[in-house]
Amino acid sequence: MTPALSIRDLRKTYKGGFEALKGVSFDVMPGDFFALLGPNGAGKTTLIGIISSLVNRSGGSVSVFGHDLATDLSAAKACIGLVPQEFNFNMFEPVVEVVANQAGYYGIPRHEALLRAEQYLRQLDLWGKRSLMSRNLSGGMKRRLMIARALVHRPRLLILDEPTAGVDIEIRRSMWEFLTGINRAGTTIILTTHYLEEAERLCRNIAIIDRGELIENTSTKQLLNTLHMETFVLDIEAPLEQPPALPDLQIRLVDSTTLEAEICRNDSLNTLFSGLSAQGIRVLSMRNKTNRLEELFMNLVENDGKVQGAA
Amino acid sequence: MKTRAKMIALQAIALKETRRFLRIWVQTVLPPVITTALYFIIFGNLIGPRIGTMEGFDYMEFIIPGLIMMSVITNSYANVVSSFYGSKFQRHIEEMLISPIPNYIILLGFITGGVARGLTVGIAVTAVSLLFNPLNIHSLPVMLSMIVLTAILFSLAGLINGVFANSFDDISIIPTFVLTPLTYLGGIFYSISLLPDFWHSVSLVNPILYMVNAFRYGFLGITDISLGTSYAISIGFIVALYLFSLYLLRTGKGIRT
Repeated sequence: MTPALSIRDLRKTYKGGFEALKGVSFDVMPGDFFALLGPNGAGKTTLIGIISSLVNRSGGSVSVFGHDLATDLSAAKACIGLVPQEFNFNMFEPVVEVVANQAGYYGIPRHEALLRAEQYLRQLDLWGKRSLMSRNLSGGMKRRLMIARALVHRPRLLILDEPTAGVDIEIRRSMWEFLTGINRAGTTIILTTHYLEEAERLCRNIAIIDRGELIENTSTKQLLNTLHMETFVLDIEAPLEQPPALPDLQIRLVDSTTLEAEICRNDSLNTLFSGLSAQGIRVLSMRNKTNRLEELFMNLVENDGKVQGAA
Repeated sequence: MKTRAKMIALQAIALKETRRFLRIWVQTVLPPVITTALYFIIFGNLIGPRIGTMEGFDYMEFIIPGLIMMSVITNSYANVVSSFYGSKFQRHIEEMLISPIPNYIILLGFITGGVARGLTVGIAVTAVSLLFNPLNIHSLPVMLSMIVLTAILFSLAGLINGVFANSFDDISIIPTFVLTPLTYLGGIFYSISLLPDFWHSVSLVNPILYMVNAFRYGFLGITDISLGTSYAISIGFIVALYLFSLYLLRTGKGIRT
């Protein structure tokens, strides 16, 4: 099967000698929901810039659904929809024009462009704002406008560079739902985000870039399986002065009614609960201390790609 | 991208560019009309009768073609330089760069916007001139072809300025220090036959002189320079600037990193 995106030995050296990408290679298969993660300055936006031909590459190759950027640029571009990190639409244009104009750039006749603009603006709950100057939209609306604009030519590959940055949780969740629907309908999605919960929830495969190099490229499930320990925060009913001692479990008292328990992924939580129960401690609620992917991510980027504490 | 799709893309850019300046007509169309009307009043009506005739025509009649041309030059240039730099500054040029539109279509789209504004202002200024003098037309084809060629040329020049500009100051330097002096010295207010030999020769280096003279020929049937030379120079500049603009877009100067 031809990959939706195939990247080989991609390199980018900026003027002044800064090497943003040092030979990155990976594939994204059609229909995938793929996370591209990395700390700030890792090279993610440069990589996306090269794929969408906003950044000139220094070496290597990129092909989109088999269309090489070097030899078949127009066909490759037609397959891509881009939602960039920063707002990049004309702030002095009405919302509907931003979307309809973009359709025109892909050769979609004006009448059809306006119909599609309506379809996507309705789906993203922006149709009521269609006549507003785009600068008057709220931050969340601007993000959704960029998604509508990126979809108007019905791309096979949608690239989203931190699409939910600065967006409140309600809008974020509705955007997740929308993107999941688009993906189910067959659009391949590449997502970069700093909200690792987002990547864990949405993406089937994950690549991590750090300092211009690919340090991980695997399925989300496989990556999470490498986690050895998990930390849970427990709220208890009655205050304690000392943390309870349970065999093979490390428990810390955060404050008089909050415990932190480290548990091996292979161990059953029943052990913890039965031990606490035996000591008369009643647990009111429990949550993960950190997002599991966040934990792994920090491990990877802090230890040059080697997971510490991994099984 | 197929030819029909390219034409649709061109139409999209051209419409966007045209809507842009029409939406802000108080900033784009009205000021040059008022400024030129003042030229008509001061130079044509008040000072003109004291100057007498120029090349056998009333001074007002003589300066009308040049003033129309001046408004077309400055407005076609201003439209493209501000629109292109604005799209760079706000980064919505990226909308076009990520799409499959070929560079020459992007270029033609911006030129169409520049020509549309140049001609809109030109028509408005011509209409105002009718308040001061009846319209003389010696050769409509020469008049129309030269105004369109000039608008194309200065739209291209505006785009090149927009590509190189890194700040809003950069888009006003060329119009202020190059375009305006060349326009004033391009024979709008006088015939170069009045100049001493040295300054006459120096004036011939100014490309705007050729356009103003050919345009004036379209109105009055007089010119200091042969029409053939004027067309050759205008078309030559257009070809050179078009190729240079395409090269800049292809290499991504100022718009791709």
